[in-house]
Amino acid sequence: MNFPILSSLILLPTIGALFIFFVRSSNSQYQSSKYVALFITLANFFLSLYLWIVFDKSIVDFQFVEEREWISGFVNYKVGVDGISILFILLTTFITPICVITVNATIKNRLKDFLIAILILETFMIGVFCSLDLVVFYLFFEAGLIPMFLIIGIWGGERRVYSAFKFFLYTLLGSVLMLVAIISIYWITGTTDVIKLYELGIDAKYQNLLWLAFFSSFAVKTPMWPVHTWLPDAHVEAPTAGSVLLAAILLKMAGYGFIRFSLGLFPVASLYFVPLVYTLSLIAIIYTSLVALMQEDMKKLIAYSSVAHMGFVTLGIFTMTQQGIEGSIFQMISHGLVSAALFLCVGVVYDRLHTRLINRYGGLVSIMPKYAIVFMVFTLGALGLPGTSGFIGEFLVLMGAFKKNILVATIASLGVILGAAYMLWLYKRIIFGKLINEDVKKMVDLKSFEIVTLWLLVLPIIFFGFYPEPLINSIEVSVANMIDMNDLDKINKLALGD
Amino acid sequence: MENLQLIIPELFISIMIMFLLIFGVFKKNSSQLVYNLTTVSLVAALTLIINLDAQIQSSLFNNSYNIDSLARFMKILLILSGIFVMLSSSKYIQISKISKIEYPILILCSILGMMVMISSNDLIVFYMGLELQSLALYVLASFNRDNLLSTESGLKYFVLSALSSGLLLYGCSLIYGFSETTNFNQIMVNTKEIEYGLTFGIVFILVGLAFKISAVPFHMWAPDVYQGSPTSVTVFFALLPKIAALTVFIRFLYIPFYELGDQWQMIIIFLSIASMVFGAVAAIGQKNLKRLIAYSSISHMGYALAGLSTGTTQGVQSSITYITIYLVMNLAFFSCLFMLKRNDEYYENIDDLSGLSKNHPLLSLSLLVALFSLAGIPPLAGFFAKFYIFVAVINEKMYFLAIVGLLATVIAAFYYLRIIKIIYFDPEKEKFESKHNLGLKFTLLASTFFILAYFIYPSGIVDIISQININ
Repeated sequence: MNFPILSSLILLPTIGALFIFFVRSSNSQYQSSKYVALFITLANFFLSLYLWIVFDKSIVDFQFVEEREWISGFVNYKVGVDGISILFILLTTFITPICVITVNATIKNRLKDFLIAILILETFMIGVFCSLDLVVFYLFFEAGLIPMFLIIGIWGGERRVYSAFKFFLYTLLGSVLMLVAIISIYWITGTTDVIKLYELGIDAKYQNLLWLAFFSSFAVKTPMWPVHTWLPDAHVEAPTAGSVLLAAILLKMAGYGFIRFSLGLFPVASLYFVPLVYTLSLIAIIYTSLVALMQEDMKKLIAYSSVAHMGFVTLGIFTMTQQGIEGSIFQMISHGLVSAALFLCVGVVYDRLHTRLINRYGGLVSIMPKYAIVFMVFTLGALGLPGTSGFIGEFLVLMGAFKKNILVATIASLGVILGAAYMLWLYKRIIFGKLINEDVKKMVDLKSFEIVTLWLLVLPIIFFGFYPEPLINSIEVSVANMIDMNDLDKINKLALGD
Repeated sequence: MENLQLIIPELFISIMIMFLLIFGVFKKNSSQLVYNLTTVSLVAALTLIINLDAQIQSSLFNNSYNIDSLARFMKILLILSGIFVMLSSSKYIQISKISKIEYPILILCSILGMMVMISSNDLIVFYMGLELQSLALYVLASFNRDNLLSTESGLKYFVLSALSSGLLLYGCSLIYGFSETTNFNQIMVNTKEIEYGLTFGIVFILVGLAFKISAVPFHMWAPDVYQGSPTSVTVFFALLPKIAALTVFIRFLYIPFYELGDQWQMIIIFLSIASMVFGAVAAIGQKNLKRLIAYSSISHMGYALAGLSTGTTQGVQSSITYITIYLVMNLAFFSCLFMLKRNDEYYENIDDLSGLSKNHPLLSLSLLVALFSLAGIPPLAGFFAKFYIFVAVINEKMYFLAIVGLLATVIAAFYYLRIIKIIYFDPEKEKFESKHNLGLKFTLLASTFFILAYFIYPSGIVDIISQININ
C-alpha cells in the first residue's frame, strides 16, 4: 500500500487550520469553525486507529516508512512508526478532539485563532512521534513551541506573560544543545537517518557528550528535577485545553525522545549515566510529591504530580529492562489520559467558581454527584490503584527497578505512597467536607459535553487497567529490540571497537 | 578591446542616473515619475543581469573587474532587494514629504557603487565603489533635512564612515606596500610570507569592512542611523549595503588573504561572537522598533561572519544563504513597519504595536512570522539560515563558536518574544489605516510567504548557491 498515511496524519490538521483561517466567519459563525476542527481531529483519530489496526505488531522494523529528498544530499524527510511511536500518535489524536470539545466553555475570545493553534500544534506533535530523521525530529520538536507559547500567552490567566516566556525560553535553551549534537552526529557518521544510525552505531568516545546534549533538551521537556520549575507556572496559567495538551502530550515527547534517541543512539553513554538519571528521578519522585502535598492551587498540585509521575517514567526507561521500559511507556500513556482528565476536572469547577484554590471548595459531593464519581476514578488512576491504567505502569516500572537496584526501587515505592497521600487529600478537601461556601452551593453538576469528554477518558483508564494486553502487545517487540540494542555484549564490542 | 557586454547592467544604470537627473531637472513636479522610472530601470537592470551566462568567469580591465557566478548572484540579490525596497517605500516618501527627484537617483547611485564593490578585484576599484555608495548613503541618511534626528544621523554616519574609510585606505596602502600590487590575485601570489606590515594591513581592512556591516565593536553608528533616518532609508541601510559588504568580505578573505587564514580567522571569530552576543543583549532594552532592528541586524551579521570564519567553501555558501534569508525576513519586518500608519503619521515605537492582533489580524500574523523567523525558530526560514551556518561551523570543529551562537539565539529570542507579547497579549489601541498601496502589500505577502513556505523546498536556494565558486 503506497498511500502516505503518516504524512496525511501530519498534514490533515494543518489543512484544517488553513481552512478555518481562510473561511472568514463573523462572531455567530464561530460554532462552524469549531465543528470543522472537531471533524478534522476526529478524522485524524480514526485514521490513526486504522493505522494501529493495520500495523503489524510482530515485526521489529519500522513500518509505513516514507522517504523523500528534502535538503538535497543532507537531510531526507523520513517518517515511520514502530510499536512505541504508534501509541503516542494514538494518544495525540485521541486527546486533541477532547480539547476541541472543551474549548466552548473555557475560551471566551478569539475562538477561531485558538482552534488554529491547537490544530497546528497537533501537526507538530504527530510529527515528533513519527519522524525518523534527527533534523526532522528537531524541527517538529521546536516548532511546537510557537503555538503553545501563543496558547498560554493569549488565553492564559493573570501571570500568563511570565509563564509563556518561562516556558519558551527554558525549552529553547534546553534544545539548542541538542541541535549542536545533531549536527555533530551528522559529521561523525555522515547521516541523520535514525534507522541508519541504529545500524551504524556511534563511536563510543563521542557518546557521553552527545548524550548530555540530548539530555539537556529532554530533561527540560520531561521535566526532570531541577529544571522542572517552568511546568507548574505554565500549567497554572494555561487555559484548560492548553494544560491538557501540555500534560498529556508535550511532556511525553521527552520520554519518547529518551527511548528513541538516548537509549537507541547512545547505549554506552546511557549505561554510563544511569546513576545520574536514577538520582534525578528519585529526587523528582520524592521531592515533588512532598511539594505537591503543600499546594493550595489545584492545578499546581496536579502539575507537581506530573513531575513525580514523569520521574517514574525516566526511572523505568533507564532500568533498561523489558518491564521497566514497557512500564514507562504504559505510564506515559496512562498519565496522558489521567492528567488530561484531572486538568479537565479542574477546568469544570474553575469555569463555575473562577478560582483554583482548594480551600474555597468542599462538600461538592452533595451538589455535584456525577462530578464526584468521575473525579474519583481519575484520582484513583493517578495514585495507581489496581484496576486502573496507572497501576500497570507504576507496577511494571517498579518491577524493572527491583531487578536492577533494590534501594532505588524501595525509595521509588515510597513515592507511590506519597502520591496516594496528596491525591486522596486533594479529593477529600474538594469533594467531601462541609459545604461552607455560599457560591459553591450554587454550582451545577456536569453539563452534557463535560460528561461526554470525561467519560471518554474514564473508559480507557479502566479498560487498560483491567486489560493492558493491546498496549503491551503493540510495544513488546519494539521494546525487546531496544533492549537487544542495549545488550551489554554488544556495547562492549562497540566500546572496544574504537 | 574589452568585452563591454559583461558590464552592460552597470553601464545601463549609469546612463539611467544621468538621464533621470537631467529629465528630473527639466520637467517640473516629476518626482513621482522619476521614482517610478527608477524602479523600472532597476527591473531592466535585473533582466540584463539574469541574461548573463550563469557560469560565466571572466575579468575585465586588466583583471581588476570580476564577472563571475558570485558577482552575478549577489547583484541579482542586490537589485531584487532594491526593487522591493522601492516598491514598499513609495507611499512612505510621499507622506514624509521627502519625495524629491534626488532621492531615487541617489539610491541608483549607491546601487551602482555596490555593484562595483561586488565585482571589484582590485583595491582601487573596490575603494571607488565603496565611496560611491557611501557618499550617496550619507545624503540619504540626512534626507529628511528638517528633522533633527535625520540630520544628526547623516552627520554621524558621515564622520564615522569617513574615519573607517581612512583606516581602510591605510590598510590598502600597507598591502600595496608589501605586495607591490593592488590586484587581488596578484596580492595572493606576492604574499606567501607573513610580514608584520601585511598583518596590519589585513587588520585595518577588516576594521573598515566590519564598520560597513556594523559588526561589534564597530557598530556604534548603526542604532542612531537606523533610528534617525527616514524609514525608507533605514530599510535600504538594513538590506543593500550588507550584501555588498559581505561580498567584499568574501572576496578579501578568500582571494588575496586566503593563504593567510591564520591571521584573520581569530579576528573574524571575535567579530562574530561579539556581534552575536552584543546584538542580542543590547536589543533587550530598546523601545524604538527601528533601533531594535539595528541591534538585531548587528546580531545577524555576527552569524553571517561565523560562516565566513570557517574558511571553507561550505562556510561561505552558508553565509550567502544566511544573508539571502536575512534580506527576506527584514523586508517582511519593514513592510509591516510601513503599514503602521494613522492620519498620515507613521508609528515606530514598540508600544504602538500594543494589541495589534485584535484590529489587524493579518498584519500581526505577518509580523509574528517575521519575528519568529528572525528568532530562528523552526520551521520558518530563519531557522534554516542558522542551521546551515552551524552545520558549516561544527564541521570545522568550532564548537565554542557554535554554542555561543546558539545561546545568543536564546537571548535574542527574548526580545523578539517581547514584541510578540505586545502584539498578541496586550490590550488594544487605536486602529491603524488598513489601506495600503499594492507594491507594499505585494512585498509583504511575497516575503511572508517565502518565510513560511521555505521549509517545503529548502534545497532550491541551496542548490543555486552551491553552484557559486569562490576562487
